[in-house]
Amino acid sequence: MKIDHLSSFNFGAVDLDPALFLETAASRLAAGGRALAYFALPEGTAHRLVMAVGFDRESRVEVYSALFTGPLRALTPSFPQLHLFEREIWEQSGLKPEGHPWLKPIRFNTPGAVPGVADYFTVHGSQVHEVAVGPVHAGVIEPGHFRFQCHGERVFHLEIMLGYQHRGVEKRFIGGPDKRSLHYAETLAGDTTAGHAWAYCGAVEALSGVNVPPRAQALRGVMLELERLANHTGDLGALAGDVAYLPTASFCGRLRGDFLNMTALVCGNRFGRSMFKPGGAAFDLDDALLKELLLRLERTYRDVENAVSLLWDTGSVCDRFESTGTVSKEAAEGLGLVGPAARASGVGLDTRRNFPYGPYENFTLSVSGSGDVYSRAYVRWLEIQKSVELVRGWLENLPAGPVEAACGQLRPDSAAISLIEGWRGQICHFAVTGPDGKLRHYKVVDPSFHNWQGLAMALRGGEISDFPLCNKSFNLSYCGRDL
Amino acid sequence: MIKALIARFRQGYRTMEFPSADIKLPARYLGLPKLKSLKLEAAAAACAYGAISAGANPALDLGRCVFCGACAQAAPEAVEFTQDYRLCASARQNLMITESDFKRAETLGADLRRIFGRSFRLRQVSAGGCAACEADCNVLQTIGWDLGRFGVQFVASPRHADGILVTGPVTRNMELALRKTYFAVSSPKVVIACGACAISGGPYAGHEECVGIPEDIPVDLYIPGCPPHPLTILDAILRLIGRIP
Ligand code: SF4
Repeated sequence: MKIDHLSSFNFGAVDLDPALFLETAASRLAAGGRALAYFALPEGTAHRLVMAVGFDRESRVEVYSALFTGPLRALTPSFPQLHLFEREIWEQSGLKPEGHPWLKPIRFNTPGAVPGVADYFTVHGSQVHEVAVGPVHAGVIEPGHFRFQCHGERVFHLEIMLGYQHRGVEKRFIGGPDKRSLHYAETLAGDTTAGHAWAYCGAVEALSGVNVPPRAQALRGVMLELERLANHTGDLGALAGDVAYLPTASFCGRLRGDFLNMTALVCGNRFGRSMFKPGGAAFDLDDALLKELLLRLERTYRDVENAVSLLWDTGSVCDRFESTGTVSKEAAEGLGLVGPAARASGVGLDTRRNFPYGPYENFTLSVSGSGDVYSRAYVRWLEIQKSVELVRGWLENLPAGPVEAACGQLRPDSAAISLIEGWRGQICHFAVTGPDGKLRHYKVVDPSFHNWQGLAMALRGGEISDFPLCNKSFNLSYCGRDL
Repeated sequence: MIKALIARFRQGYRTMEFPSADIKLPARYLGLPKLKSLKLEAAAAACAYGAISAGANPALDLGRCVFCGACAQAAPEAVEFTQDYRLCASARQNLMITESDFKRAETLGADLRRIFGRSFRLRQVSAGGCAACEADCNVLQTIGWDLGRFGVQFVASPRHADGILVTGPVTRNMELALRKTYFAVSSPKVVIACGACAISGGPYAGHEECVGIPEDIPVDLYIPGCPPHPLTILDAILRLIGRIP
């Protein structure tokens, strides 16, 4: 059934019978749909499977559901983009997707599961060897286990086993919204506080039917774009560092902090904590702050431009970036990649354009088509320019009026989908209420959930020594995926 | 090359002085809280993390606080946040803020200070959490902060480290890895719990998926915050090794 994102819909109306559900899901995905979310929701002793499908070009979202008691037919063999979703369904509900080629745990949170212990793919043959890395890595970075099947330097296959960051956030939304819900959303992935907080607020607002005032929308836009600016700038610096080009690495390390400090100027916290609240924004900007922010924006942007331009002019950098870790457009589409990683492979998806929300109007997206590290870096640079333009526009013409509207009770027996373009890509929150108007189920899909497999593909056929560079070019979230 | 040199010149010298009286934090930053009154009922009711206890032993537990500011908003007559970023403590109970002064961490004993005071290597262990603490540790290694000038460095191997800095609520899935890392560091060694999660579970306190830092890994330094500001982390580490009196 077609629904609008960011507005509530009657959850009962999307019910189908199980066979029809699977058939419909397959035909919609075959028609070019992309799975936004696919999960199992407990209902008595059975489970309701719910799938949200997005048609990017038509800005269309459809939702289907069906009650299942026994095993189901896996759709992964035809639609690889579902592989992690179906593994998650199996792990969370016990419903077994029959015929899934890769059925193994993803978060190791069931009784008896031991993190990292699963059936790994192995390649056999003379001189084939296996390299295992993690969960504790060399840098100050989140934990995860990576297994490479190699022949000499060449990587045949990389398997990424995560779950170490699983702290059980998702299910704590159930029964809410309560005093802790917002902070849970803000810490789903700490570097995406604005993105996830907005997605959460969007879902709650849709369910309560409140209209967020334009000034609050613009302020939210400022926060989200500052988050993107900080992270993209930091990533470009880190990419430079990984190919031992220290000027840009050093400059961008500092400049990332300048964007974070601008965020702190707005709400007191460098990651944007406490800024979002259902119904609007917690902090307003007066003229003095607006002026200060504009001044810093211009100053910082000039330095970013200077630091980043060095990358494209330096042969040794371009040589390492070009043709490294290539993900083809077909692979990106097949795996349902999102965000800069998808746009770098030529996929025309940006939530701000395809599923506009809040203050975004007539947004034009940035793509850069070759799918290699260079493209993933260059797309970030294009997006930095776009974000600066947006923030400047909002700061110069901040709509007048209140920054908050009262957010009332949630509509009972309803659901809402909220899509936000975080800096890593599309964030999807799917909220379902029960008869009492409390959250009965809450599903979070971080962009990293889609994109980790993209990293594995980038390594295929490449050299193992390119792993750090490829990894940085995706810079995915472990905690956002592990929840 | 010439372009890189010009850029280097343009970008200027950016390493901040530390410690320094000129450090300016944004006006809305929430630092060390102060109790203005011991009538904490309203503030305690506003706190979603059980950080404030009212009644017989009124106190605010910095180890649980995520610095959301809800208490000060609900009860401005009782709780106020200052701009003081120096928040570390060397004993868990010193994180309990009451009316009397906050007892900041003191340095390591003379012996340890002699060993670690001029060269201190840490292995960071990320164990759950949201990775914001990790980001603010990473920032200390950028040119703006230049952690290395104090002789402090994050290293890749626990075998090269003088201690570990733990972030996150220690998920069940990371408990073993944390233990192995800790026991791979040779003695004498130091343990730092960085952020509300590592200290008390933070926003994830009470989740059965999280176990906290096990008791056989004794913590020497607590750095509160969600996440702690890089200034807070830097101040805490330097205080511990006796670089700040
Ligand atoms: S600022 Fe700290 S003490 Fe106050 S309400 Fe928030 S978590 Fe509780």
